[in-house]
Amino acid sequence: MTTTRAGEVVGIENLSVSFATDAGTITAVQDVSLSVAAGEVLAVVGESGSGKTVTARSILGLLPETAATRGAVVLRSKDGSAQHDVVALSAKQLGELRGRDAAMVFQEPSTALNPVYPVGWQIAEGLRAHGKYNRAQARAEAIEVLRRVGIPDPEERIDHYPHQFSGGQKQRIVIAQALVLDPGVIIADEPTTALDVTVQAEILDLLRRCRDEFGAAIVLITHNMGVVADLADRVAVMYSGRIVEQADVRTLFSAPQEPYTRQLLASVPRLGEGRARAEERAAARAPGWADAAPAVAARDLRIVYPGRFRRPDFVAVDGVSFAIRPGEVLGLVGESGSGKTTIGRAIAGLTRVTDGSLSVLGTEMRGVREKAFRPVRKRIGFVFQDPASSFNPLLTIAEAVAEPLVVNGRAEDPRAARSRVDELLEAVQLPRSFGDRFPHELSGGQRQRASLARSLALDPELLIADEPTSALDVSVQARVLELFAELQRELGFACLFISHDLAVVDLLADRIAVLYRGRLVEEGTGAEVLGAPQHPYTQRLLASLPVPDPDVQAARRAAWQQLA
Amino acid sequence: MSTVAPVEESPRTDPARRGWRRLPVVHQLRQSVGLQRGMLVTGLVLTGLFLLTALVAPLLAPYEYNQLRDADGPFGAQQAPSAEHWLGTTVGGYDVLSRVIYGSRTAVMVIVVAIVLSLFAGVLIGLLSGYFGGWLDRVLVVVCDAVYAFPALLLAIVMAIVISGGQSSLFGGILAAAISITVVFIPQYFRVVRAETVRIKGEAFVESARVVGAGHWRIMTRHVLRNATRTLPLILTLNASEAILTLAGLGFLGFGIEPTAAAEWGYDLNKSLSDVTSGIWWTAIFPGAAIVLVVLGLTLVGESLNDLADPRLRSRRAAESGETAETSVVPGGSLGAGPAGLDGIEGRPR
Repeated sequence: MTTTRAGEVVGIENLSVSFATDAGTITAVQDVSLSVAAGEVLAVVGESGSGKTVTARSILGLLPETAATRGAVVLRSKDGSAQHDVVALSAKQLGELRGRDAAMVFQEPSTALNPVYPVGWQIAEGLRAHGKYNRAQARAEAIEVLRRVGIPDPEERIDHYPHQFSGGQKQRIVIAQALVLDPGVIIADEPTTALDVTVQAEILDLLRRCRDEFGAAIVLITHNMGVVADLADRVAVMYSGRIVEQADVRTLFSAPQEPYTRQLLASVPRLGEGRARAEERAAARAPGWADAAPAVAARDLRIVYPGRFRRPDFVAVDGVSFAIRPGEVLGLVGESGSGKTTIGRAIAGLTRVTDGSLSVLGTEMRGVREKAFRPVRKRIGFVFQDPASSFNPLLTIAEAVAEPLVVNGRAEDPRAARSRVDELLEAVQLPRSFGDRFPHELSGGQRQRASLARSLALDPELLIADEPTSALDVSVQARVLELFAELQRELGFACLFISHDLAVVDLLADRIAVLYRGRLVEEGTGAEVLGAPQHPYTQRLLASLPVPDPDVQAARRAAWQQLA
Repeated sequence: MSTVAPVEESPRTDPARRGWRRLPVVHQLRQSVGLQRGMLVTGLVLTGLFLLTALVAPLLAPYEYNQLRDADGPFGAQQAPSAEHWLGTTVGGYDVLSRVIYGSRTAVMVIVVAIVLSLFAGVLIGLLSGYFGGWLDRVLVVVCDAVYAFPALLLAIVMAIVISGGQSSLFGGILAAAISITVVFIPQYFRVVRAETVRIKGEAFVESARVVGAGHWRIMTRHVLRNATRTLPLILTLNASEAILTLAGLGFLGFGIEPTAAAEWGYDLNKSLSDVTSGIWWTAIFPGAAIVLVVLGLTLVGESLNDLADPRLRSRRAAESGETAETSVVPGGSLGAGPAGLDGIEGRPR
C-alpha cells in the first residue's frame, strides 16, 4: 500500500476510472495524482465532462457499479492513526470510512435531503450508522452542529422538515450532515451552483469556517473561477480526464502556465468589460432615437399566479415599469424567484398579464387574444435557457430551424426552407452539414447557437433571451456571448437579456434593470448600476459576486462582510 | 496538452451503415447482455414460432380445424395420440394438433384487431385530453378510472354479450373478442399517452413552437405525439399477451367462437374439462401449453424491452480499463443521480 506523507489527508496516485456505457468503454479520468493536506482547500476546476466530479467521488468510493478503477486513493483519518486505500476496500469497510474520514456535500440541497424525515433525524443518521451514540446524545450532537453552521434556534428547528427551510439553509444542513462526524476531508461537489449569488457568498463563508473552526480539508469541485478565487488555497485544473495544471491559487490566477488554463481564465466574464462597448453604441445612436416608439413598454406591470386550494395568490411581478427601445439591449438581473423569467414569458405571450399595461411592438398584452397576437409572434424571437430541452429530439436541426418559416408560411416545407436555414446556420457559425444532425448529436454550445439561429429565422425586431448561457461551460459561454453581441450589432434587434449573472449582463446590455422579489429596484446604464448602485439589494448583489482574482476577492469579501 | 480549443465536436457514425442496427428489436438485442439477453432471446424465439405457425398453419396442420372425418371415415372422439392423430382427438372428434395450430391464427387476428383499435382510440383521446386539459380531461380520466375498476374479464364478457349475443361466426367472434379486449385496453394507452403529453407540453421545445406561432394541431402532431409514443411498444407487447389470456378466458367461459368457425384454445380447454378427470390428458394439455408458451414468449419480450429501455435496469458488460480515445468524456448520465439514489452505488469493481 502506498503511504501518505505527513499532514496529508488524501493521496491520489495514478488514478484511472473508466465506465462501461452503451457506446463502449469510456475513460473519464486518466493518470490523475493529487494530494490534499490537512486543513487545505483544494479546488478542482474544469468544464463538464473533464472528470472532476469522478475524481472527487472516487475519494469516497462513490462511483456507480459500471466504473472500473485503477490506481490508489489513500485516505488518512483525521488524527493520522489509520489509512486506507479506498480502491481496495469492501462495501462494508467503505461504509465505516464514509462520514468518519471523508464526507460529501452535494450540489442540489433540495434533493440531497430526504423530504419525509426531520432534518435532525437525517443528521443523526450519520451518528447512528457509526454506532457510538444513543438517542439523546445524537440529538444533542445534531443540535450543536446545526448551531455551528448558523441555523437559528437549532433546538426547535431540528424537528422541522426540509421543505421548511430555504435553499441556503438546506445547504447549511447538508454541510452540517457532513460535519457531524468531524471528518478529515469534505468533498464539496459544486456546493453553490444551485444557489443565488447572495446566498452563495454566505455558503462560501460557512465553508471557510469549516476549515478554520473544524479543521477539515475541503476538496471543492466547481466551474466558477470566482468561487475558486474566493475559497481555494490550491487549484488543480482538469481537462478531458487529466490534470493539466496544479498550482497555488495566487500563482494560478496571476501566472497560469498552460494555454488551456489561460484560455479558461480569459473566458470568465468580468464586471466592467462591456462598459466601453455600451458607451460606443450609445454614442453611435441617431439623434431622436430616444423618442422613437419603444419595442416594449411596461407600465405598472403586475403578474399574479392564482393560488390553489385556498393558498394566497403568488405575485410574481409587482408594479414594474420599463421600456426597451428599438435596437437596444436591456439586461434583466435578479435571483431565482424574482420574476425575471415571468416578464420574458409575458412579453412572448406565454404568461397572462394580470394588471397594468404591457405593450409589445404596438400590441397591448393585457387581455390579448391568441388570434390577435399571432401576427406579432413572428416579429419576436425567443432563446430558451436549457439548450437540451428546447429542441424536439425527433427533428433534425435544419427542420427545427425551418419550423418558424414553415409555420408562418414563408416556406412550403423544411426542404424548401433549406437555403435560408443554411444561411442562418452560417450566421451563427455552425457548419451547414450540422443541419442534418439531431439535437443530441450537438454539444450544449452548438445547440444554443442553433437555438439562436431558430429565433433569428424570421428577422425579429425583438429578441427575448432567457438565461441563454447559464447551462453552458464558461469557455463555451464566452463564445456564445460574443456571437450574440456580433449578431445584435449586425441585425440591430431590440433585446431583453435575462440573466442571474451580473457580469454576463454587463457584457451585453445597454441598460441594466435589477429585479428583487417582483419589483424593479434599480435601472440604468451599466456604469450607473454597477458603478454606483443606489439600492441596498443591488449593493449586496454586487458585493456577493466573487471575482476571479484572489487578492481583489479578499478585499471584496471584507467589504461584503461589512455590508451583511 | 497541445489542443487549446475546448472539444465541441460530437462523434457521429454514418447513418447508412448503422441503419439496421437501430431497428427497434435488433437494437435492443445488441444492447443486452447476460440474463437479460437470454430472456429476450427466449421471448423472441417463442413469439417468432407463434407468428410463423399462424402464418403457415394450413401447411403445418394435417387436417382442417373443423374436419371431423377423412377418406377413411370419422376420426372418432377422444382418440389417444396415434400415427394418424399425433396429439389425439377431442371430445367433439376434431384433431387436436390441427386445432392447436389453427388456434394461433385466431389468436393473432384477435391480438392485431384489438391492439390496432385500442391503440388508435387510446392515443387519440390521450393526446387530446392531455394537451387541452380542462373539463374534457377530467371527464375522460374519470371514465377511464371507472373502466379500470371493473375486472377486465367481466367487462369483456359484458361486451361479448352486447356485441354478438355470446356466440357467433368467425369474424363476428373475432371482432367481438377484439372489441371487448379493446375496451379494457383503451384506458392503458390513454393513461400513458396522456401522462407523456402532459409532461411534454411543459417542455421548452413545445413552448418554442408556440412562440413561433404554430397552431394547436401542428404542435400536437409534430411535436407532442411523436415524442409521446416512446413507451407504447412496451405496453403493446405486454398487452398482446394479456389479449391472449382474455381471449382464452372468454372461450373458456363459453363466450368464444364456434368450433366450426375457427379453432380457439380457450374453447377447447372448456370442452376438455370433463376429460381431465377421466384420464384423457391430451385434449387439455396441448391447447393449455400453447396458451402458456405464447403468453410467456410475449411477456418475456415485453419485460426485457421494458428493462432495456430503462438505463437503470439495463445491465452492461464490465468496463475494460485502459485503451480508449484521448478525448473521451463522461456523458453525464449515471453521475447525475442524486446522492441517495443510483442503484448499485455500493457496488465495487472486482
